[in-house]
Amino acid sequence: MAQTFRRSANTVFIVTLVGLVLIVGGLIGLAYALQSSPYVTRAFEARAQPIQFSHERHVGGNGIDCRYCHTSVETSSFAGIPPTKTCMNCHSQIFADSPFLELVRASFRDDRSIQWTRVHDLPDFVYFNHSIHVNKGIGCATCHGRVDLMPLTYQVQTLQMSWCLNCHRHPEWYVRPREAVYQMDYRPPADQLALGRKLVAEYGIQSLTSCSTCHR
Amino acid sequence: MADEAKIVDVTAVRARLQAAGGREFPQCAAELLDPVSRRTFAKLMGASLALAGITACTRQPAEKIVPYVRQPEEIVLGKPLYYATAMPVAGYAVPLLVESHEGRPTKIEGNPGHPVTRGSTDVFSQASILGLYDPDRSRTLTYRGEIRPWRAFRSELRAAVDLTRARGGDGIRLLTGSVTSTTLASQLQHLQAELPRLVWHQWEPAGRDQARAGARLAFGEYLDVQYRLDQAELIVSLDADLLGSGPLSLRCAREFAEKRRVTGGRREMNRLYVIEPTPSATGSIADHRLPLQAGSIGQFALALAGALGVPGAPPTPASRDFAAWIEPLARDLQRHRGTGLVAVGDDQPAAVHAVAHAINQALDNIGRTVVCTEPVEARPIDQLSSLRELASDMEAGKVDALVVIDSNPLYTAPADLAFDERLMSKVRLRVHLGLYHDETAAFCHWHVPAAHYLESWGDARAADGTVSLIQPLIAPLYSGRTAHDVIGSMLSADSGQSSHDIVRAYWQQRTNLKGAEFEAFWRKALHDGMVAGTEAPVKAVAVRAVDASSIPRGGRGREILFRADPSVFDGRFANNGWLQELPKPNTKLTWDNAALMGPSTAARLGVKAQDLVELAYRGRRVKAPVWVLPGQAPDSITVHLGYGRTRAGHLATGAGFSAYAIRTSQALGSDYGVEVRATGESYLLATAQNQQTMEGRAIVRSASLEEFRSKPDFAHHEVKAPARSLTLYPEHLYPGYAWGMAIDLNTCIGCNACIVACQAENNIAVVGKVEVSRGRKMHWLRVDRYYTGDPERPTAYNQPVPCMQCENAPCEIVCPVGATSHSSEGLNDMVYNRCVGTRYCSNNCPYKVRRFNFFLYQDWETPTLKMLRNPDVTVRSRGVMEKCTYCVQRINAAKIEAEKQGRPVRDGEIATACEAACPTQAIVFGNINDPGSRVAKLKAEPLNYGLLEDLNTRPRTTYLAAVRNPNPEMPDAASSHEAER
Repeated sequence: MAQTFRRSANTVFIVTLVGLVLIVGGLIGLAYALQSSPYVTRAFEARAQPIQFSHERHVGGNGIDCRYCHTSVETSSFAGIPPTKTCMNCHSQIFADSPFLELVRASFRDDRSIQWTRVHDLPDFVYFNHSIHVNKGIGCATCHGRVDLMPLTYQVQTLQMSWCLNCHRHPEWYVRPREAVYQMDYRPPADQLALGRKLVAEYGIQSLTSCSTCHR
Repeated sequence: MADEAKIVDVTAVRARLQAAGGREFPQCAAELLDPVSRRTFAKLMGASLALAGITACTRQPAEKIVPYVRQPEEIVLGKPLYYATAMPVAGYAVPLLVESHEGRPTKIEGNPGHPVTRGSTDVFSQASILGLYDPDRSRTLTYRGEIRPWRAFRSELRAAVDLTRARGGDGIRLLTGSVTSTTLASQLQHLQAELPRLVWHQWEPAGRDQARAGARLAFGEYLDVQYRLDQAELIVSLDADLLGSGPLSLRCAREFAEKRRVTGGRREMNRLYVIEPTPSATGSIADHRLPLQAGSIGQFALALAGALGVPGAPPTPASRDFAAWIEPLARDLQRHRGTGLVAVGDDQPAAVHAVAHAINQALDNIGRTVVCTEPVEARPIDQLSSLRELASDMEAGKVDALVVIDSNPLYTAPADLAFDERLMSKVRLRVHLGLYHDETAAFCHWHVPAAHYLESWGDARAADGTVSLIQPLIAPLYSGRTAHDVIGSMLSADSGQSSHDIVRAYWQQRTNLKGAEFEAFWRKALHDGMVAGTEAPVKAVAVRAVDASSIPRGGRGREILFRADPSVFDGRFANNGWLQELPKPNTKLTWDNAALMGPSTAARLGVKAQDLVELAYRGRRVKAPVWVLPGQAPDSITVHLGYGRTRAGHLATGAGFSAYAIRTSQALGSDYGVEVRATGESYLLATAQNQQTMEGRAIVRSASLEEFRSKPDFAHHEVKAPARSLTLYPEHLYPGYAWGMAIDLNTCIGCNACIVACQAENNIAVVGKVEVSRGRKMHWLRVDRYYTGDPERPTAYNQPVPCMQCENAPCEIVCPVGATSHSSEGLNDMVYNRCVGTRYCSNNCPYKVRRFNFFLYQDWETPTLKMLRNPDVTVRSRGVMEKCTYCVQRINAAKIEAEKQGRPVRDGEIATACEAACPTQAIVFGNINDPGSRVAKLKAEPLNYGLLEDLNTRPRTTYLAAVRNPNPEMPDAASSHEAER
């Protein structure tokens, strides 16, 4: 009786097995890559805003400090979105007639809030606190990117948990001197690790990775 | 330990589950699919899991940020502000600090600077925040059901007043509750000066008429009696729930606890005797408790007075119910001259109060432990006669206009006054101001929605007389009005002033300050939440001799007691889901009232728990479910007021039965002659605790003071915690903070304030009666109550049980998805977004403190309830496990502040919600790594033990064993100082 399978069946079988593992693995890898891709996280996607507010102009061009508008960044969990009054501090004088700013003036006139589209949106079960991060020497640009180069604001990081944990596990990789927190063009020194370790000790930075640090 | 105390028919609870109508569902919970078979449930869960899987891959929807146009200076977004105000309950102020997030009040805390409460709160004030956002509140001003503007109401009311102005306001009647508001009192004074024949009636259904009358009998005038428990070594309570109810209870509880603690080397404690017909919070912590019919309390007081040789009290032969008590009690009181006190409950007749005052006088207690002051109420009167006069005048057609302010006589008036539609129809103009369109509003022409106290300006006095200003936390949600607005519009000088202006003007006139000086006073008073130096002045008194003939003889037969409900009070809080679902002290019932009777009474009547009986009293009948309550006096049946509402909102309407239906003016407190007839029907009662005894396990450990003195470590004699090494899992290290909690069972009175505080702080859902009866209540913190000894005269113990935050946590090791894990500070973190709802953790938890969202219990729809949520705590959805986190949001907030300042968190800086609310400071939270912290010191006490510590869970929450201080001369000393091991 002839053999049911020819010799080549062995090869087909091995190739199929390996192929199956590769395909399944590839699919898993694809899903993994997809879920942290800008498509899902919406990173690098400039959001349409009711007013074409440009951080590039205000921060990069005019050199306004972050805290002029985001007033509670050092004291509260929420950095704060400036009230219309803050815009009008300058724009009652500068570009006071600009048609682009009509919405701002209307807001101030009619006492109606400007409705901005949120760019950095953490899930509701995540409790992030700005004040502790800036007080411990995490620069704005570390998470928000070079806002001073963004005509329309976009997100540059995934804002996913693995990204958070990356820094929470190794704060020395990212920490900078407190006086440079609001400096947009800060460049970490070549020996960041040495500086980082020094700052971690100096600022009493803990590697907090308990669930309740962020979830509660 | 006596196992015979297993009395209550608990299997019946589960056996008789019946499908209940829609009303049991809180509108706070989504309509549950009921009954749900396992199969449909599994299908639903499967579908939702699949959906959850898909949605996880989709992108987050865009959200809007809506900043202020002009941001108020004091608001830092993301940080709450606290404002001082006060909640008036039955007239008396409970001083508060209210947390506000960007203009919406979310949490009630006590005002730590106030002399009466010193930062503690009760269940009513804790739950009042839900009352503010109650979607069933009345929203529109109506005239015969049609919407009208305030203007129209004001002009009609003014016209009615003006019509009678020539006759001095004849025919115009006001009906309010008790009033302590000085501003309102001054307005009313002006009104009565303008309209001398206008009559102001007052009616509180759970009022203090008898206490007032008792003071008048004893002292010759209306006086308030304040007990100084911090001066008292010996307290005798005659049917007085000193610690659990009444305007002074928060202060009493705190002072009592201060004298009760045996920590920090103290080996002395006060002694509490409670003689009462129905178990109360005070009774549950008594050293000696005698269940005695309410009708016999007077005889007890008289016999005690006789034994003490009080003037006018003849040596009385004591009834055999209490004969053995009198002599030793009298001797103990004699030994404590000036440091003892005898208190009588508000429901006891005036003559009994007078006897107690005479006893206190004879023992030199007055001026020391018992202090008499000028009355705090604006006009103390006999409210029952006042209401009776109103009813008879209405009957006689003498009333042209009736203005009802925050009172609900159609529901609460004694049944024999027949305050009903017919009587109301004899009044030409009927006006109602109230939070709800209630029973009374239904028969009033005008209904004005009242502003909640968190929306209004006003003032009120606390039980010691100190005035608190009431300031609004939020603008009225439904254009509510205050009593000041309504009374103001009746005054001739009315210029449409706001409540704010009225209150401010009153204080300007009273303080006689001008300009900047007044502004400084006003700001300080608002900031402090009180006006310093306004406490009622102490009066020196002389007590008249006892009139023995006025003491009720004490009958034979079955008596009925009418008591304000510990959760919904007289019915005014009936539509509050938190309070409805709050397990009542002692009975642990939720969502219902019941006819409470002792085991022997139930046996004699041939009824058991959840049987429906008909109570007949003086020709009136009502059907009530039976609940068998150990410690209830024989032949005494308690019914709680506040249920059986017919127009009160979704939650209240139809819950329970109305005890008012058989309450008459002859006996507001108690009376003999109730008949009980079994109907053969049964009624589902939802209880939160099905196990009444400890079954021989050392759950609550206790000893007498003597035993404690001789063996301070008695709590560790029989059960020992296993060695730390006895585990296969690696040891956790806690280099930084290690959070822990100690709960003193010696001072816990089971008042439930912690439960409601926890519910408010942590966005805990209400599940409804049927779900509670299935054991699915969501409270993160429960208060267990255990009985030992004879079921007729049991000793009770209260034990608050939050999550134990075990160091060897059984829950953590079984979670397949790592949704519960150990934090570096020793918390058993619960990550809701990770939880897939296997419930393994809950199965493996020996303390049963984990709660599962079997359905979508949270209300995600009602707009007002969204404003209620604490923004710092995740709102949990269906299929998620949840539990106590030691208020980790508060821990993190304090840690962040401390880190920013570069210092460690100070002891006491973090108060969990339960700790902050506790009137007796029985709960202490802190860092056990810091040997100087309060909690570390408590944990070093010999009394400290862990619940079920023999399981090697190494709980972070531990208990201080209960110590009772029985008098060895007492007949029941043997049973009450029996050590519990």
